[in-house]
Amino acid sequence: MSEATTGALPSDISARSGTHDPYRIGRPHDGLHGHGSEATGHGEGGPASRFVITAYGFWIFLLSDIIIFSAFFASYAVLSRATAGGPTAPELFELPSVAVQTGLLLTSSFTSGLSSLATHRRDMAWTQIWLLTSGLLGAGFLLLEVQEFTAMIGEGAGPTRSAFLSSFFALVGCHGLHVGLGLLWLGTMMAQLWVKGFRADIRRRLHCFNLFWHALDIVWIAIFSLVYLLGVSS
Amino acid sequence: MLGKLDWSAIPFEEPIPLIAALVVFLGMVGVAAWITWKGWWGYLWREWITSVDHKRIGIMYVTLAALMLLRGFVDAIMMRTHQAATLFGEGYLPSDHYDQVFSAHGTIMIFFAAMPFIIGLMNFVVPLQLGVRDVAFPTLNSVGFWLTATGALLVNLSLVIGEFARTGWLPYAPLSELEYSPGVGVDYYLWAIQISGVGTLLTGVNLVTTILKMRAPGMGYLRMPIFCWTALASNLLIVAAFPILTATLAMLTLDRYFGFHFFTNEAGGNPMMFVNLIWAWGHPEVYILVLPAFGLFSEIFSTFSSKPLFGYRSMVAATLFICIVSFMVWLHHFFTMGAGPNVNAAFGIATSVIAVGTGVKIYNWLFTMYGGRIRFDTPMLWALGFITTFTIGGMTGVLLAVPAADFVLHNSMFLVAHFHNVIISGVLFGAFAGFTYWFPKAFGFRLHEGWGKAAFWFTLAGFILVFAPLYLVGLQGMTRRLQSVPVDAWAPYLLVALAGIGVMMLGAACQVIQLFVSIRRREELRDLTGDPWDGRSLEWSTPSPPPDFNFARLPHVEDEEPYWTIKQRAIEGQPPEAPESYEPVEMPKNSPTGFVTAFFATAIGFALIWHIWWLALIGAIGAYGTFVVFAWRDEAEYEIPASEVQRIDRARLEARRTWHERREAVG
Amino acid sequence: MAAATLLAGCAGGVLDPRGPVGVGNRQILLDSLGVMLVIVIPTIIAILAFAWWFRASNPRAQYDPGFTYSGRIELIVWSIPTLTILFLGGLIYYGSNVLDPRRPLGPPDQTLEVQAVALDWKWLFIYPDRQIATVNELYLPAGMPVRFRLTSASVMNVFFVPQLGTMIYAMNAMESTLNLQADHPGELYGQGAHYSGAGFPGMNFRVLVLPPGEFDRWATRQRGAEAVLNAQTYGQLARQSSDVAPQVYGHVQPGMFDAIVHQVLPPSRGPEGGEPQIHPKPLAAGICTGPVAAGRMAFDFGGRD
Repeated sequence: MSEATTGALPSDISARSGTHDPYRIGRPHDGLHGHGSEATGHGEGGPASRFVITAYGFWIFLLSDIIIFSAFFASYAVLSRATAGGPTAPELFELPSVAVQTGLLLTSSFTSGLSSLATHRRDMAWTQIWLLTSGLLGAGFLLLEVQEFTAMIGEGAGPTRSAFLSSFFALVGCHGLHVGLGLLWLGTMMAQLWVKGFRADIRRRLHCFNLFWHALDIVWIAIFSLVYLLGVSS
Repeated sequence: MLGKLDWSAIPFEEPIPLIAALVVFLGMVGVAAWITWKGWWGYLWREWITSVDHKRIGIMYVTLAALMLLRGFVDAIMMRTHQAATLFGEGYLPSDHYDQVFSAHGTIMIFFAAMPFIIGLMNFVVPLQLGVRDVAFPTLNSVGFWLTATGALLVNLSLVIGEFARTGWLPYAPLSELEYSPGVGVDYYLWAIQISGVGTLLTGVNLVTTILKMRAPGMGYLRMPIFCWTALASNLLIVAAFPILTATLAMLTLDRYFGFHFFTNEAGGNPMMFVNLIWAWGHPEVYILVLPAFGLFSEIFSTFSSKPLFGYRSMVAATLFICIVSFMVWLHHFFTMGAGPNVNAAFGIATSVIAVGTGVKIYNWLFTMYGGRIRFDTPMLWALGFITTFTIGGMTGVLLAVPAADFVLHNSMFLVAHFHNVIISGVLFGAFAGFTYWFPKAFGFRLHEGWGKAAFWFTLAGFILVFAPLYLVGLQGMTRRLQSVPVDAWAPYLLVALAGIGVMMLGAACQVIQLFVSIRRREELRDLTGDPWDGRSLEWSTPSPPPDFNFARLPHVEDEEPYWTIKQRAIEGQPPEAPESYEPVEMPKNSPTGFVTAFFATAIGFALIWHIWWLALIGAIGAYGTFVVFAWRDEAEYEIPASEVQRIDRARLEARRTWHERREAVG
Repeated sequence: MAAATLLAGCAGGVLDPRGPVGVGNRQILLDSLGVMLVIVIPTIIAILAFAWWFRASNPRAQYDPGFTYSGRIELIVWSIPTLTILFLGGLIYYGSNVLDPRRPLGPPDQTLEVQAVALDWKWLFIYPDRQIATVNELYLPAGMPVRFRLTSASVMNVFFVPQLGTMIYAMNAMESTLNLQADHPGELYGQGAHYSGAGFPGMNFRVLVLPPGEFDRWATRQRGAEAVLNAQTYGQLARQSSDVAPQVYGHVQPGMFDAIVHQVLPPSRGPEGGEPQIHPKPLAAGICTGPVAAGRMAFDFGGRD
């Protein structure tokens, strides 16, 4: 049955007439994706496993998302001085609140890492607990951010006041939007996990969610440094 | 209740868009009636609309592109005829119409004709050439296609409900801001592009992952066909550049919808930043279009010279070189915006440096032909037409890259002639060549050669007739986008260009006739072996059309041109043998996710354009619901039994055996 | 004024320059073209020759399918474009600096300053030293360097007189600088070279180059014109209108241009004061959507007043 025992090469579409399976393919089902751990997708082993492919594709998507953020960062850099006679960064940014937001988000990233470890152990209870914690911390972050925005708009420092404020609200708001969508995704994932258990495709999606959540963390660190810290000290 | 939408949105007092819309509507009704009469709705839904097969999706992309190419061509005809008419009177298009026509022409041609055509070809061919069964994310592929179709639908809707943008195909600020474009036109543009941009990004992620992580066993990087290399470079550019477009248009959307000040004249906005950001996308975009065309032509030059590609590694290097440098040249689109001599010089030099990569490719194609045995089938004619005219177009591009020359040629008809020169000879000729080359693989029968050659000659002649005078009139000082032509001395050039349009129309007619005649005569033109052109790469080892699973067994690759080696051994007396046993094959299930998502996306886009907020919300909920339903499914794959795989593969081997025997009999 | 020069001038374009900047642009353009043609023409000939010689039906052609790599050819193939680019790089660097629009063409006391404002859809030219202004007509002294300061009242525009050479963007809240010179008396064609909206086809203007003495006399004569350009009349002028007939302001309030650049005079409004339009109505009466005799090039000389 398997190529290693009969010695016949699995494919006629090959010029070789060897008698063994040089790539150790020997897969029970010849489907879209390889199952072997040797298959890295670099050609030598055939297509990579579904997990590798899913995670890799999601990484590429994350890179593209980071480029969206880069464009917003670039526009912030260009417009950061265009205050049009209105409020400036040192007048507006309240670092204590931002510090708490940072703490919440970074902690939520940590707890999502813990949930990932629990998933590895197939521990449903702790996976859900840590995911819930991450969600609550993320929601706390968003709440504080919305409060910050509302306060600024109330003071007449809304995005329509000047180009600087437009670029600020857009950049930080874009991050907040990603966090919000991430929370929606998280809730959906928690429900699905509960109903369907640790199926392979659900574990892949959890992995993608974790990548997403950590990436948002990195973007926040850039925002915290380049927008808030630099802004206040200018 | 309906936002800004009311009956005044329909141009009852303007005959041209009304009649055009009526014709399109009747056409659509006619096609729907015909499908109903034939009872094909079930088949279409099961086999095409919900298909996640890369081959089907590729064909649908190309079909969409061909239709939009015709629409964009009609816009071009209107522009040339109207401009010529204004030499003698007032023309027949009032200013606000003409402005919509040229904006729609550019938008449609780039986003809904060229991009889908190239993406369709890549979708169809790349998995076959890589020796795998499908792309990395088949359902996402379907979503990407249908979102592109949504964008095309929105642009065409603007013809009859509301208006289209009147800003040109790139909506420079502050003209595109609410102050100077208060109508819905720019909003149609923004949402159409943003929605289809999501689709394009999905394609980028999909193909990069496929090419880098899913290849047949033994296919290392330097054994990939060159078309796959250029597809990789193009999709890397998509992943890196399209987000910039998304972000920039999002900023403009924020300006228009919420009163932000990114690009406004007041409150510190910076219109120059729009120009920089949009061209930081815009320049990679043209390489996204042309790199796969280059790869395609490499395949064609090689196949029809019966010779391997000359300098394969050099071609790979040149491709990646172009890919990277394309991000460093964007300022050459606005040398005259006053950046200063050293900045201008730096970008001018960078732009000429890209020409090195392209020059290397041209010489490698030249030496591929050297020592070859060249057959002048239609795809090769397109390739030769490309390589000669593209050299001129590239040359004028390098001329424009010299800032001091650009200072008098920016925005002129010389520029228009340049970019049409490179896009038509590169992307369009590439699309036609690829279409003709891979048509037999997709449908099982060849296209009629005679009509194909006629289409080529008419298109080539027309293309030269249209754009050579435009180069000259640009040197005369004529600028672009003129709704009426104020200088009589420019008349002769524009009239010759008009004649050229007529010849190009003949070329287009020949393409359409070619399709009809080929379908009518498909039995004569049947491709019995799957290898009508004596090809060199793996897609030609499959039957025409390939089965759903592409390959009964994934091929093992030992060198470049794996299929060629197999054929040579077969000729030398080692024909391919049937494997002793077949395995069942798992394939991804079809899914309506793509179509349904696009339905909601259309609702969201239309609602946002007309400020119908409740409809947008419903659309968003619907889209989220679609995602949840898709994520909730338990069965993602279905199995093709081993007996079925065996039956199909045996038929393939039988056809090959017959072909070999016939070859040997002929001697 | 020589009618013959006018007719000939109208027929020419970028390759028929009438000033030193245009001559420089043309020189660089033709030099670059020459460098490129040296490569391109032999390449195209080789393509056609190889394709023809190696056709399948030619029994004399050597079929050599193993010829897929040659180090020497690779070296040449990478070198030819690289050397071309080195040449061109020199031309690029030199040209960008020598033809920098900001580079003055003469000493400041012998340079005329013209302030140009791009409006929707006409051009306003202010002569600050003479305190006059013209709309849609530009008068220049022959043989004298001119320093243009440009801005826009609304959207992006480009100021371009093909036979004088280099063009430049005119943008709101920004000031661009362009130095040009017209060497010979005559009439030239000038235009906006960046699409700026519905009235864009009307953004062309005559450039009348007068001998220096005549220019001074013309400027002095204009001081007698009735119209005054101040904040109020500017506001009227800045409203959207198209194919505007040339007119003259006999007196210009000082500092108008700087006020426009610094947005002290706010950017001009869009259509109908910014009312949202679902579907645009044709532009208001008195404003043409098609070409009008006044907007046509003076080539059909008889049609103009």
